[in-house]
Amino acid sequence: MNLAVKDIRHNFGRFALTTVGVGMLLMIVMGMSGIYRGIIEDATLLVDESNADLWIVQRNTRGPFAEVSRVPANLVHRALAVPGVETAREFVYHTIQREREGKPIRIAVVGLSWPTDKGESLPLVAGRALARNHFEMIADRRLGLPLGERIRLGKESYTVVGITENMIGSAGDGLAFFTVADALDIQFDIPGEAVRLERQARFVRGTLSDLGRKQPALTETAFKLPWEIPSLGPRQISAVMVNVLPGTTPQSVAAVLAGWSDVSVYTAEGQRELLLLGPVEKVRRQIGLFRVLLTIIAGIIMALILYTLTLDKLHDIALLKLIGAPNRRILGMILQQALLLGVVGYGIAFLIGLRIFPRFPRRVILTDGDLMQLAAIVLVISVLSSVLGIWKAIRVEPNEALSG
Amino acid sequence: MDNGYAIETEGLTKIYGSGNTEVVAMRDVTVKIRRGEVVALLGPSGSGKSTFLTAVGLINPPSAGRILIGGELVMDGPKALMETRSFRRRYIGFVFQKSNLIPFLSAIENVQIALEVNNWSASASRRRAMELLEYLGVSDRADQSPATLSGGQQQRVAVARALANQPSIILADEPTAALDGRLGRQVMELFRKLAHEQGTGVVVVTHDHRALDVFDTVYEMEDGVIRRSETDAMRTISSPVEDDQKERGAT
Ligand SMILES: Nc1ncnc2c1ncn2[C@@H]1O[C@H](COP(=O)(O)OP(=O)(O)OP(=O)(O)O)[C@@H](O)[C@H]1O
Ligand SMILES: [Mg+2]
Repeated sequence: MNLAVKDIRHNFGRFALTTVGVGMLLMIVMGMSGIYRGIIEDATLLVDESNADLWIVQRNTRGPFAEVSRVPANLVHRALAVPGVETAREFVYHTIQREREGKPIRIAVVGLSWPTDKGESLPLVAGRALARNHFEMIADRRLGLPLGERIRLGKESYTVVGITENMIGSAGDGLAFFTVADALDIQFDIPGEAVRLERQARFVRGTLSDLGRKQPALTETAFKLPWEIPSLGPRQISAVMVNVLPGTTPQSVAAVLAGWSDVSVYTAEGQRELLLLGPVEKVRRQIGLFRVLLTIIAGIIMALILYTLTLDKLHDIALLKLIGAPNRRILGMILQQALLLGVVGYGIAFLIGLRIFPRFPRRVILTDGDLMQLAAIVLVISVLSSVLGIWKAIRVEPNEALSG
Repeated sequence: MDNGYAIETEGLTKIYGSGNTEVVAMRDVTVKIRRGEVVALLGPSGSGKSTFLTAVGLINPPSAGRILIGGELVMDGPKALMETRSFRRRYIGFVFQKSNLIPFLSAIENVQIALEVNNWSASASRRRAMELLEYLGVSDRADQSPATLSGGQQQRVAVARALANQPSIILADEPTAALDGRLGRQVMELFRKLAHEQGTGVVVVTHDHRALDVFDTVYEMEDGVIRRSETDAMRTISSPVEDDQKERGAT
């Protein structure tokens, strides 16, 4: 007969409550690692989804995700000229925070290289890819923008034509995809007054310079709109994504690009590492510490509960010793209860987690590896937590069954 | 090895505490209890009866003296010469005044556990436990938890547990206190029957003077000192133990 189970049945209410408590704690531990996985997944999602072999960014920056990077748009054409390059695409990425229906909405704006990339490769769950090179957008479900919704960003309104799922920026904001031109318009949305003031300032600088005084026509030119002045460069993009031809290694192309002194180049793997070592690293350590603390707390609580469960049974344990039950039988009872507590708690953690994690504001990803690891940890703390109770049970003298 | 004695003690002494708080609970107790002998132990409260019983039961080591069970030296002073727990498991049955049933096991499981620790299979132990409960008239309560049994019913389950392994000695500390006179006597007679049929040595601490005729020998304790009861010496003109031995010798 199984003493552990018999005792639990006798004290069912208390054991059930305890197990639920331990389960909730373990669920938080589970959730913590899920949040961590989610952060990593979100952070590296764009790098993975863009399927670029190489990233060309502003010289000496770790952009475009870990920090701001600016490269001229014509870098695309230079990159295309390198032997072994199959495609080069513009990449524009920046985060904006606006207000919608009185609530803040954070959008990670991504520019798609129209017309080579219309967003067909995105995981669309509703709607379609971009069909026009202006005023359309694909929004992630996380943004809460329904299909057909028009949202004003800068001077223009954009219509949601497609919905994606789980396309999240490294900061946890939903992604929205526009054409590069639209993405830049949103980024460099300069009010009319600012444009006017800037033109005026240029004009004044022109009239004050020697050249302006000698050549008044030049000041006229300086007064023009920015894109009408050849000496002012085009708007800058964040990075250029390069894919190499089959049979060419990204490393060989990277070696050529590395020779260019105005840009830096990273492989996709390198870009991932930059992300993980940079913005994600602190979060990882933070969450890691939390996990360790929670695991310890769960262990202590389990130990305490098993200890009190054992204390309540000391008289019965003494009695078992009195009638000659061997230690292994008594310790087996405590150990089995500890394991049962751990296993059932883990099951509760998993079942509750499955239901409530999807409602979390950031993604919680349970990987098999993490689940197995936690299961192993739970087994270990179950065994360790029973030590206190076992220690007490070992020391009970059989004649204590006669007192009290 | 087998010299016909179930229990022998030599100079058994127990001192609790030390210095100012020292209590000599048992002083130089030397007794021999034959196989099949049923012994009553009388004495005022605090005289050392339980101390003697637990010492012989190997759960309360004496300060000095020796204990032999079935002719085998088990305790030499406070030192156990063998694994006392497995010894208890096989050879000693206990019944105590306060019901000592395990609360999270049913009546029948309380009996079964004593058998299972001796490696009985689940089904065999259940069958045997049921027989014992039937024998003691509580089989209709077999699956109830001890908390739902009356004091007397609990006591009978405890007796069933003590008998389960057909022990060589049975030690009972006021086992009939919770039973009415008729039932109490029935339990005593059960002990006696067992003793005479199986050669079990039985020691019963009791205050019930009406049932003394069931016993072969009556000892009295006072201030830790044991002696044969005078009433007993008068009563036992022909000792049932000797009768017994004659019977056994004849077969
Ligand atoms: N664990 C102990 N520590 C100290 N003194 C003890 C202990 N157990 C018993 N004693 C003392 O030893 C003496 C004998 O106690 P014991 O329990 O053997 O008496 P008893 O004859 O069984 O009494 P009762 O009829 O009341 O059960 C008593 O004076 C008691 O106070
Ligand atoms: Mg007593």
